[in-house]
Amino acid sequence: MAAPIAIHLEFGGGAELLFGSVKEHHVTLPNQSEPWDMKQLLVWIRGNMLKERPELFVQGDTVRPGILVLINDADWELMGELEYELQDKDNVVFISTLHGG
Amino acid sequence: MLFVAKLPKRKSNAFIWVCLLARGCFKEYFIHKFRAMLGKNRVIFPGEKVLLAVSGGPASSSMLSQVQEGLSRDAPKKLRFVPGIIYIDEGGASGQSMEERKRAVAQLESVFRATNYHYHIVHLEQVLSLPSSVLEAGSSATEKPQTGSSYKAAVDHFIPTRKNQNQHPDLSVENAQSLLSNLSMQEVQNGVTSPITHEHTQALQRLFASVRTPTAKEDLLHTLRQHLILHTARTQGYTKVMMGDSCSRLAIKLLSNISLGRGASLATDTGFSDPRHGDVVIVRPMRDYSSKEIAYYNRMFDIPSVFIPGLDSKAQDKASIQRLTESFVTKLQTDFPSTVSTIYRTSEKLHTACPPQNTNTQLSAKCLLCVCALDTKLEEFSAYQATLISEQLSQRRGPGPEFTPGTAAAPGSPPASSAGQDHSSGGGQSQGCETGDGGCCSSAKEPETVDLKSLLCYSCRLTIKDMTALDALPQYILSEAERRRSQMREEISEFLLDEEENEAIPRVNGS
Repeated sequence: MAAPIAIHLEFGGGAELLFGSVKEHHVTLPNQSEPWDMKQLLVWIRGNMLKERPELFVQGDTVRPGILVLINDADWELMGELEYELQDKDNVVFISTLHGG
Repeated sequence: MLFVAKLPKRKSNAFIWVCLLARGCFKEYFIHKFRAMLGKNRVIFPGEKVLLAVSGGPASSSMLSQVQEGLSRDAPKKLRFVPGIIYIDEGGASGQSMEERKRAVAQLESVFRATNYHYHIVHLEQVLSLPSSVLEAGSSATEKPQTGSSYKAAVDHFIPTRKNQNQHPDLSVENAQSLLSNLSMQEVQNGVTSPITHEHTQALQRLFASVRTPTAKEDLLHTLRQHLILHTARTQGYTKVMMGDSCSRLAIKLLSNISLGRGASLATDTGFSDPRHGDVVIVRPMRDYSSKEIAYYNRMFDIPSVFIPGLDSKAQDKASIQRLTESFVTKLQTDFPSTVSTIYRTSEKLHTACPPQNTNTQLSAKCLLCVCALDTKLEEFSAYQATLISEQLSQRRGPGPEFTPGTAAAPGSPPASSAGQDHSSGGGQSQGCETGDGGCCSSAKEPETVDLKSLLCYSCRLTIKDMTALDALPQYILSEAERRRSQMREEISEFLLDEEENEAIPRVNGS
């Protein structure tokens, strides 16, 4: 919507290696006319937060296979995966289940 | 509070996670699986000392918490064994700095201390000072593999056996046991076993630097890790080791092992129990859990886990066979969610053949590094023979000694040749020395490679082939190799007719 959205991001299982080894991030997504969805969030993360090796986190439109996504502690598959519309103060967790993150 | 659980799978491939059951039910389900796994394969005896191999990763941390749950329960079927924890610091091999390693160890130590179990922090550098006895398979405490009916009998047999094993000839059983337990407490007072020096780390780095491919590096690391765990288990009196391999990891391991040439030992490598070392049995109680389940459980119930970057962190998909297989399976799993469970069910059908418990099982029948049965006996029409023939054909070499397919005898050169090649005269089967690998094929290779080759299984040979400097291997491997080779030489020499006597008489066994 119109107001910027505050999102709490967490990275675990080795995914934090790609984000400067920092596990928790509070981010504010800027204003835009359409609501933010997960697809756009991923693009935003890739552009603004990923320090290195984007292919280890994002593949194509979605996350790399092997990375679990939890939105407010629920599997994102239940929430619509990429189409889920982000709300203010949502908690999104990315956990890597791969060897070596 | 949101909850996820798994619907029982129907015929369709859809793997549906549904907001259904409460957290409590998921927890019960998760805990139950662990206990069911241990109960189904009854190999852990009450009072037994079990070493938990914790890498800090989610699966092994989850396993640790399950053990805590199982041991603390007031339920009548409480788990009853004595746990200890081992963590292996591999920072020396993966290029971490000492500060990073200390930090990781400190984090893990705080987790371990909270459990109140005995723990051992072992550095990979300590592999350089292992004794060569670690490569010998010990004799197992019980005589035969456990089936339901004989489990109770085995338990009754186990407890007095355990006391006897610990017995000092001069002391009574009770004294010996209490003394030994005191000793172990003092030696390793819940901490680091011995400090490591910079030279050790450098030697370790040199070892790994001499391995050319990441595939071989991972394989070697895995082998060394197993040796360290085994050594700790043996010296500290543990008879079982629990590894935290999850279902997903084991599915990947199964496929990558096939690609690595370990097809012969698939059952031991991925099965629930791994009896290859004899006295210490490795079990994998987490093999029924998928990575996803473990990740969710850890998140929901705040199971502490520490991520430690390893050799393969941030590696590309195609960096090694293991990475490639992982990427393949994981990607397939997203579109076909029953991939991992199908592979897992298939692997369950593989059973280890009961190891022959006769005393004639010779040491030379086991691979030097991975302690699996050697699979490189040159039998007629075996796959291994086919590999050798194509290897020979694809390398352009001058006409060497004739290699007759189908015979284990290596014709031509005398066995005591300076290149150190071992030839078994006559049928390899009757000698029991599994060195009939057509040594003449390898006459062009370095003597050192050949020296170790004959003692290794097929895939360990491939790993060694990728090494540029064999002398960087830890001393215990090299000395055990030397010992086995001289043992084999002795055995062969018994069967040979003396050179001098034999000039006019055609050799009986040779061609």
